[in-house]
Amino acid sequence: MQQKYIGQPVSRVDGEAKVTGSAKYAAEFNVPKLRYGYVVNSTIAKGKIIKINLERAMAVQGVIKIYTHENRPSTAWLSFNYADMDAPPGKPFVPMHNNKIVYNGQPIAMIVAETFEQARYAASLVTVEYDKEEHESDLHAHLTEARLPKKGLATLLKPGPPKPKGEAEKIYEASPVKAAGTFVHGIEHHNPMEMFASTVVYEGEKKLTIFDKTQGTINCQLYVANVFGLPFKNVRVISHYVGGAFGSGLRPQYQLFLAVMASLDLKKSVRLSMNRHQMFTFGHRPATVQKTKFGANDVGKIQAINHESIGETSQFEDYTEIVVNWANMLYPSPNTKLQYKLKPLDVASPMDMRAPGGATGLHAVEVTIDELAYQAKMDPVDFRLLNYTDMDQTTEKPYSSKELKECFKQAADKFGWKNRNPEPRSMRRNHKLIGWGIATGIWEAMQLPTRAEAVLTADGKLTVSSATSDFGTGTYTVMAQIAADCMGMDLADVSFKLGDSDMPFAPISGGSFTAASTGTAVQAACLGLRKKLLKKAQKMVAAFTEAEFDDIDFTDSGLHLKNNSGPPLSYREIVAATKEKTLKSKNMGWPNAMKQRKFTRATHSAVFVEVEVDEDFGIVKVTRMVTAVAAGKILNPKTARSQILGGMVWGISKALREESVMDHRFGKFMNDSLAEYHLPVNADINDLEVIFVEEDDKIVNDLGIKGLGEIGLVAVPPAIANAVFHATGKRVNDLPITMDKVMDYASPLV
Amino acid sequence: MDENITAVKDAPVAEPKSHPVTININGQQHQLLVQPWVTLLDALREKLDLTGTKKGCDHGQCGACTVLVNGKRINSCLTLAVMQNGKEITTIEGIANGEMHPMQQAFIKYDAFQCGYCTPGQICSAIGMLQEGHATNREEVKELMSGNICRCGAYSNIVEAIMDVKEGGQYE
Repeated sequence: MQQKYIGQPVSRVDGEAKVTGSAKYAAEFNVPKLRYGYVVNSTIAKGKIIKINLERAMAVQGVIKIYTHENRPSTAWLSFNYADMDAPPGKPFVPMHNNKIVYNGQPIAMIVAETFEQARYAASLVTVEYDKEEHESDLHAHLTEARLPKKGLATLLKPGPPKPKGEAEKIYEASPVKAAGTFVHGIEHHNPMEMFASTVVYEGEKKLTIFDKTQGTINCQLYVANVFGLPFKNVRVISHYVGGAFGSGLRPQYQLFLAVMASLDLKKSVRLSMNRHQMFTFGHRPATVQKTKFGANDVGKIQAINHESIGETSQFEDYTEIVVNWANMLYPSPNTKLQYKLKPLDVASPMDMRAPGGATGLHAVEVTIDELAYQAKMDPVDFRLLNYTDMDQTTEKPYSSKELKECFKQAADKFGWKNRNPEPRSMRRNHKLIGWGIATGIWEAMQLPTRAEAVLTADGKLTVSSATSDFGTGTYTVMAQIAADCMGMDLADVSFKLGDSDMPFAPISGGSFTAASTGTAVQAACLGLRKKLLKKAQKMVAAFTEAEFDDIDFTDSGLHLKNNSGPPLSYREIVAATKEKTLKSKNMGWPNAMKQRKFTRATHSAVFVEVEVDEDFGIVKVTRMVTAVAAGKILNPKTARSQILGGMVWGISKALREESVMDHRFGKFMNDSLAEYHLPVNADINDLEVIFVEEDDKIVNDLGIKGLGEIGLVAVPPAIANAVFHATGKRVNDLPITMDKVMDYASPLV
Repeated sequence: MDENITAVKDAPVAEPKSHPVTININGQQHQLLVQPWVTLLDALREKLDLTGTKKGCDHGQCGACTVLVNGKRINSCLTLAVMQNGKEITTIEGIANGEMHPMQQAFIKYDAFQCGYCTPGQICSAIGMLQEGHATNREEVKELMSGNICRCGAYSNIVEAIMDVKEGGQYE
């Protein structure tokens, strides 16, 4: 019997390419006569460009042309042509559109030269005269001006908060057990290791091949075609390998626009890479201020949930995320008031960043729940179990599956939670305070329509393709596993191709929906191929002529009659007998809306954290963490574990390290480099454990896939914050929890 | 602003003169004519098409560009190509010798990467670190590998892979 691959810890099929350096990323396609671009960014946040002095830069040997708003070739007139698949309501930013400055760091000029060094040097010789205007960049100074977000296409995937129920404020005030908090999050930047780059290969009149860093090749193809008025089929966007993205590649970034513009104008191939400072000059996770007020009755049942969030957005787009919808999905409450507002500022439009909204909202929710458990004098695990539900109260639909209780049980056992002394500041190790904290995570299990094509060739090899992405997520590997199992083939005979707009349609890849969406498409294409194989077999061999689809086992690379009434027929023989020597099937994998709509579909997690807090220096160290995840079927425990580990590192980073700090006098980020934007390094990461509690969920999709990209992160920041409280007895609700904040609160010396 | 304008007014516009250098890269002698403003990293990626060495920051802050120069790990973005005359350089493309290096195999076995962009630097750094001979345990490996950032968060798997190679005895 053919080996099954789904559920096996298969090593990454793209592993060898990555460890030998042969995997090529966007800036690594070296074509003849390549020209190099380099961008000049604005140094003010608001105003107008009066003059850009280019003389000296133009004189630099090797400089071919310098583009500014004054001389750039014209592009599409209408704003909607610039709207990509992930564009929020509003008018997308158009680089060098006019002389207006709308945020600090906006691209205002681009040098094109024969070498990278010439372009970079020339860029340093550009000087700009501005007419400066007063800007607003500090969310905290403008909270009272927040308003409801505008609605648009993008809001379909990101619904606003549900309507209020009952009288949440009044019931909160009257509750015998109460907890409230104000939660402050700074701006964060995705900072994938690979910087944004586009290599645009000029293939002739109105025809381009573009190697781009993106989470959606078709998204970029449509954008380039719409903006530059090119036929879709003449724009091919390729992105076989993506050096991390975390949401930053969900929208085309300005280097794509500028490189294409220069390539079409000069009729030359052009490469434009951002530098690390420029990685801070487009989308970011928005700054937010949240307020919570949760109330429970005297046995600890939650009666009132008030959760409001104010986030920043740009002056030109209303970026929204789901921040306040989670509490009532996790905890039943007869009274809820959930509010979400925006304040436009003179900044770049925020963008989805790993677990957008969830990583923000759940911090506030889960810290407030922890405090509520303390006020109710209950263990935080017991308190969550008392308020457990199998029904999503915001939609009044049951969960399609929810093994969260089992997550708590297994993670608590592994962690040794029963040995916890609930009293804050009660546990010590040598000179350090020890804190144990927990939190719950939730993320939606979405699926979008996606196409795939399966092709069998006479050498007995199967190639399946879809224009989706793998930015470290494991798509290459798990899709090959699914295809091998669907076709009953050896994994070695199966390959999965992605990251090319010439391939069958796939939406942008994010939101934890790629595995479910592409997996369903791969399954559909393989099913289509099986039907075609049987049709061919029926014409070739008498024993198959009368056979129905269900009479056949597709295994060991061939068709086998279940009743053994004849010998098997191999795929190889069937394909060899075709005129084309190939057999293909292209199919759409549709979400099963009829099944799905009666349920809320979500992944869940339980996170247990231990921190050590140094009382003298206020340093917080996460010494160990256990995450138990319920996310449907785990396709590959090896790559899945890595994805969750990555989420845990992101959680440590969000809780303790990263923040883009702005100097509001200039509206500019001060720490726009990897030395000063603090990310965890190897020495910061200690004992991390991952447990998967599998769910058999045929409602989400046939394969039972829910997705893993975000669930590993969402509960980690609150679990760390709760552990810091347990260690120190103080709540630090302002992320990241840096030593200065811990010292102010925690040290008896201060 | 005015200050800035004055500063650039007299800036040179002619390209700097090229210099001949001979560098042994992955066992092969290369005679190059390079300008002094070209970093080793850019020479590898843009002139020699050795794109396995990655650019993650260009400022010596991330370690993605780590290569071995005369057996020692360095950030190739922080050194100039003209300074490498007579040196022996090993990049990720030269780590394997017929079959994959044990470190490369261990990285695959322990899934010590996700997006793969920091991986060549991690592998070169790990090999260089073990040759240095300072790391005797996990904690020291973690500390001595902290110049290589991995945004995907594969750190614990990276340590597993390195410890496996180290305990396999290749570096005792």
